[in-house]
Amino acid sequence: MAGKNLSLITKGFFKENPTFVLVLGMCPTLATTTSAINGLEMGLATLFVLVLSNIVISLISPVVPDKVHIPAYIVVIATFVTVLQLVMQAYTPGAYKTLGLFIPLIVVNCIILGRAEAFACKHGWWESALDGIGIGLGFTATLTVIGIVREILGSGSVFGWKFISGDGILAFVMAPGAFMVLGYLLVLFNKIAKK
Amino acid sequence: MEYFLIIISAIFVNNIVLAQFLGICPFLGVSGKLSTSTGMSMAVCFVITLATVVTWLLNHYLLVPFGLEFLQTIAFILVIAALVQMVEIVLKKVSPSLYQALGIFLPLITTNCAVLGVAITVVTKEFTLGGSAPHMFGLAESAVYAFATSLGYGLAMVLFSGIREHLALSDVPKPFKGLPIALISVSIMAMAFLGFSGIV
Repeated sequence: MAGKNLSLITKGFFKENPTFVLVLGMCPTLATTTSAINGLEMGLATLFVLVLSNIVISLISPVVPDKVHIPAYIVVIATFVTVLQLVMQAYTPGAYKTLGLFIPLIVVNCIILGRAEAFACKHGWWESALDGIGIGLGFTATLTVIGIVREILGSGSVFGWKFISGDGILAFVMAPGAFMVLGYLLVLFNKIAKK
Repeated sequence: MEYFLIIISAIFVNNIVLAQFLGICPFLGVSGKLSTSTGMSMAVCFVITLATVVTWLLNHYLLVPFGLEFLQTIAFILVIAALVQMVEIVLKKVSPSLYQALGIFLPLITTNCAVLGVAITVVTKEFTLGGSAPHMFGLAESAVYAFATSLGYGLAMVLFSGIREHLALSDVPKPFKGLPIALISVSIMAMAFLGFSGIV
């Protein structure tokens, strides 16, 4: 039992990595990884919504009629996103401002609805919570890695600690760098995973 | 003049895919063929414009007067989901040929973050264009902005599907096949679009 629980948590990092294997939730992955800290914050915000919505959806799924299950799930997810928005406005106004539009857009992040459809509606609340934690941590780790790479190339620092003097390659902080870094990381992941 | 600036800025300078990172999933998902990408762009264009007008009215006449702005996220996503469903039903009845062309893309649009993204942007962000003072968009400006943004979406999508049709035939190293080379091509396209910055 313990092994099974552990595998639910660890699968998000490699076997079912939401970004590299499932290729879900591309918009926040590209938009909010301008620096390592932004990527980490976005990942944790998604983790929060994913775990809570997974728990609630696994509890309500037996009583929700099949025809309206998607709208019902979206309302659950949107509720937790609103909770997150209010909490972040109160306690981390800085992060709320930098992540901006992408906090409300967690509602339409396909990872969350995807996990609800593929996992939470068929499993108990405990497994669903663990699944949410696993996938959420995998997403957070991926976003942080992309953020670290972009921050090193774009401004020569990691988590704000500057170790290369000078300006860095500005393009990596801007839009083209996001696509390029994700593309090359995906190549690396394919190369390692398919060996 | 202001409308002209809104249009140029939304299509080229702040292109929704290449500069704002919205609607990436369908952008990567259906851009494999030119015909599907034109169909998807037209459906997105239709839904974004309609959804933005409806959510703007909802926000201005219902949420703001009663101080319910914190419900924006929930209210908007429900309105968009209902609207997409309604558009589907109406199209099926009124214009079967258009439904044939757009039909399969419509259910996908509810989860296209470009729609919710534009709807939230126009009611929360202050715009500065051509040196004018920052101001919130009115209904007409929001509608023009939404329409122009979706044209930008279509432009990026059609251009990219042209590139992808060529990529499918070229000999790409194995780990690069599929998505990675597509992402790297988008990156080069985004770099080209950076050239437009500074126009508006």
